[in-house]
Amino acid sequence: MTTPTIDRPTFDMLEQSTGAEFARELVGTFLQEAPTMLADLRDALAKGDADRFRRAAHSLKSNSNTFGALQLGALARELELGGIAKATANDGALLTALNAEYSRAAAALDELRHA
Amino acid sequence: MHDLKGWAARLLVVDDNKVNRLLLTRSLELQGHSIASAENGRVALEMLRREPFDLLLLDMEMPEMNGFQVLEQLVGDRQLRDLPVIVTSSLEGIDNVVRCIELGAEDYLTKPVNPVLLKARIGASLEKKRLRDQQKELVRRFATPEVAQDLQTSGFSLGGKRVRASVMFSDIRGFTSLAESQPPEETIELLNTYYALMFDAISSHGGVVTMMMGDGLMAVFGAPVPLRDPSESAVRAAQEMVELIGLFNHEREAAHKPTIRIGIGIATGEMVAGYTGTNERATYTCIGDTVNLASRLESHTKVAQRTILIDDATRAALSDAVHVEQLGPVPFKGKSIAVDVYAVEIAP
Repeated sequence: MTTPTIDRPTFDMLEQSTGAEFARELVGTFLQEAPTMLADLRDALAKGDADRFRRAAHSLKSNSNTFGALQLGALARELELGGIAKATANDGALLTALNAEYSRAAAALDELRHA
Repeated sequence: MHDLKGWAARLLVVDDNKVNRLLLTRSLELQGHSIASAENGRVALEMLRREPFDLLLLDMEMPEMNGFQVLEQLVGDRQLRDLPVIVTSSLEGIDNVVRCIELGAEDYLTKPVNPVLLKARIGASLEKKRLRDQQKELVRRFATPEVAQDLQTSGFSLGGKRVRASVMFSDIRGFTSLAESQPPEETIELLNTYYALMFDAISSHGGVVTMMMGDGLMAVFGAPVPLRDPSESAVRAAQEMVELIGLFNHEREAAHKPTIRIGIGIATGEMVAGYTGTNERATYTCIGDTVNLASRLESHTKVAQRTILIDDATRAALSDAVHVEQLGPVPFKGKSIAVDVYAVEIAP
């Protein structure tokens, strides 16, 4: 079984516990912030800043899991724990996968936000 | 009854991530609390030092100053070290959890934080804080500042240590017949004034009142806070007590009320000092021969017709400025050999 882009029970729970309107606004905040985190990852990688790289991956992981973007969260976690070495392995395959998964998650979240 | 659910507390949320910050703030607001937030440890500490908070929710992974550094700062800060901290983090590894708890965090919640769990943990932490605040207030009200400070810095633990100190016993002469001759309200008022004066004299010389019984009190000089010169401090305090009673008597005479006289006994030596009792109710006290001797000296003031009596060890430590009169050896109950007793001269 593959992990869905957005785990609905997690997202529904978020809506229930904080209110639908708030949850949607929060998605908006995430969609604004996430590109900065992704850029941070790339920049930290280019500069070899391991600490910053780990922090950016950590933030992305934490937020992804909040919205039920579990696959994105899992990829970010791999980068957080594996660090720069893991990110540069296989021609940066992991980072590519992360970017692709982010596009899917962002689209799915945006759809949920306007549902 | 205290209603936990109805208790709106002021909480500080610290997280560098905007989504986390907003989400946690929202959850807590829905629980009825009032929330402020900070985006890193440095800003959080500034806010904590500026305004009071009931609880801190702390992220670990942050730029500028991370959560571990905040915890370290809090432990070292007398004002802030009792502030309950709940760590909210997605840092993995049990060693991180252990490190947080070791640094004084009350609880550790993994992000994304489950709202029900969050509510339960915050409720528990706030309740603990409320009890601690109550305890602090009790200590403040019933203990001297020195004992309260000692409790705060060393923490509370039953058990004693051997110290060298001076012990003082003091009571009002003929108090029982005085109490029987006047309305009870007046007796209580008299006692309150008396204690206020005695406490003032004792604490201004570094002493600590450890016991009050009726019209009598026991005080220790040199423990729990060490004094450079416990004997001299105790005797100086005693002289001041007598002087204050003199002033008090002037007022009472003017109001056509009976005057009072006190008797004071002081002994110096080794004793065991510490907190005794149970974990629920305990008191700072000193035990040993020196304590018994001070009590006997105080009783002996009636026989000797002197106001302040001291033992040889106390006298030996006094400066020349204090004049004493040797009364000779007195055989005390419980002492195999007679004890040299000295009367301290008091200002006319």
